[in-house]
Amino acid sequence: MTATTTTLRVVEAHARYYRRTWRGSVISTFASPLFTLLAMGMGLGLLVDREGGPGGVPYLTWLAPGLLAAAAMQTAAGDSSYPVMAGIKWTKSYHAALATPVGVPALTYGHFGWVACRLALSLTVYAVIMMLVGAVSPIRGLLAILPGILTGMAFCTPITAWVAQAKNDAKLPSLFRFVIVPLFLFSGTFFPITQLPGWMQPVAYFTPLWHGVELARGAAGVPLSPHFPWYVHTAALLAIVVVGGYIALRNMEKELRK
Amino acid sequence: MAEPLVVARQLTKKFGEMTAVAGVDFEISAGEAFGFLGPNGAGKTSTMKMIGATSPATSGELTVLGMDPDKHGPAIRARLGVVPQEDNLDTELTVEENLLIYGRYFDLPRAEIRKRIDELLTFSQLADRRKSKVEPLSGGMKRRLTIARGLINKPDMLILDEPTTGLDPQARHLLWDRLYRLKRDGVTLIITTHYMDEAEQLCDRLVIMDKGAIVAEGSPRSLIEEHSTREVLELRFPVGLQEAAVPRLEGLGKRIEALPDRVLIYADDAEDQLDEIHQRGVNPETTLVRRSSLEDVFLHLTGRSLVD
Ligand SMILES: Nc1ncnc2c1ncn2[C@@H]1O[C@H](COP(=O)(O)OP(=O)(O)OP(=O)(O)O)[C@@H](O)[C@H]1O
Ligand SMILES: [Mg+2]
Repeated sequence: MTATTTTLRVVEAHARYYRRTWRGSVISTFASPLFTLLAMGMGLGLLVDREGGPGGVPYLTWLAPGLLAAAAMQTAAGDSSYPVMAGIKWTKSYHAALATPVGVPALTYGHFGWVACRLALSLTVYAVIMMLVGAVSPIRGLLAILPGILTGMAFCTPITAWVAQAKNDAKLPSLFRFVIVPLFLFSGTFFPITQLPGWMQPVAYFTPLWHGVELARGAAGVPLSPHFPWYVHTAALLAIVVVGGYIALRNMEKELRK
Repeated sequence: MAEPLVVARQLTKKFGEMTAVAGVDFEISAGEAFGFLGPNGAGKTSTMKMIGATSPATSGELTVLGMDPDKHGPAIRARLGVVPQEDNLDTELTVEENLLIYGRYFDLPRAEIRKRIDELLTFSQLADRRKSKVEPLSGGMKRRLTIARGLINKPDMLILDEPTTGLDPQARHLLWDRLYRLKRDGVTLIITTHYMDEAEQLCDRLVIMDKGAIVAEGSPRSLIEEHSTREVLELRFPVGLQEAAVPRLEGLGKRIEALPDRVLIYADDAEDQLDEIHQRGVNPETTLVRRSSLEDVFLHLTGRSLVD
């Protein structure tokens, strides 16, 4: 049995589990981005477009891909925090898997693989919604899915690395309070980061969500800043995915093979 | 003679400064039921995890099914069944789904797994629970499901870490019965327990562990013959009177153990000792004559009681 096979079996196990439990997450996955898109994009958009929207496109068109990237972040963060903690410490389903031919690498990559599948699934639904409300053309909407998955993975691997070494779940809420929510608000999702105070703008360059938002926007046809072409964003996100993945694997080994 | 399934030489496990397993030697042959008997913290689980190729040894040598667990972990685990000390079933999923997911980890075809699920659920008397969620099942049912799960890959060897701890007597006996059947079918069993009756009932051979070391090895009967007398006389005294009585028992039997709540007199014929006690004018509140058990062996070897 190869490592690829065992990794696929882990993805399959996640899928089976999801098939039983997806109802609980359907509202947060689909409904809230939809409501945000409608309220902000169409409501607020009327006001913004009177002044001439950012990027020279209607506000709804500008906002929608950014929200797609932000939704990817939230999905990935949700799936890589409490579920990973549960697998290691609560239900110990990771320990159960490790008593079989599945090893820590297959378990870790299987988790990554599953999060990528989940992202593909939810972002496709999201892209369809973007098209239906007329934010983007069908081709552009589909094009934004790939950057969205990459954005999500740039949160998935570092958060997994962090959760794997956490003693308990006491610090998990602060991940959402002090990282996910501020990023959601200040990474150029709702307004361009050029609107931020001068000292904050360089900070944004180091946040994965900003790169993700820009990349998704570029894919959806919004002109990007000439200083930051698409490959810079892609490289930044890939680097985070790889480094996070490496540390995650190391931390999982340490925690699960004592 | 066939190669033993497990060979350990000076096997050691440390967690930082703390030594959980302190250089143990043992061999387990195909088809036998081999026990690790010991109190809390003796190092039983740590040893099981090393045999199960889920925790690397700190030092020493270990061969499982002829392979080195550090190099061939997945290949070893493919042929093992593991019943961990704590159930780690997916309680949100159904009985069937738990078995299906686990079987897929062994890369078994779905149709084959479904066939095995039928057999295993019948074997573990859970057939009518196939579609129910795991969460509401009783402790005994969950334990039987964990055993069924450990058997999904038709393992050569089944590792059971305290299979009956926390179960009521009826559930324990049902489980023992299932383990006899497995043994009869040729599955090698490795069992840890701190119940001496369980070890006596199930194990062909066992080691007694204490503080990370093996203090004795043999069949239950040979251990008792070697380290204890045929019978034991247990005396209980009214509260506060034991201290005064103990000196008057001196010289009785082959050996005397004064525990906090009772005195044990080891002798091949306990009735004789009882007569002698009455002649000496000692009047215990209750007396009990019984056969020696592994508990007595443990007490003799370590000076401590196995189950406090
Ligand atoms: N992950 C760990 N980190 C640190 N110490 C550990 C770890 N696992 C076990 N130990 C220590 O190693 C020693 C042996 O533990 P082990 O679980 O092997 O004992 P045991 O015989 O299975 O006990 P029990 O009957 O309570 O299950 C104990 O002192 C325990 O505290
Ligand atoms: Mg234990």
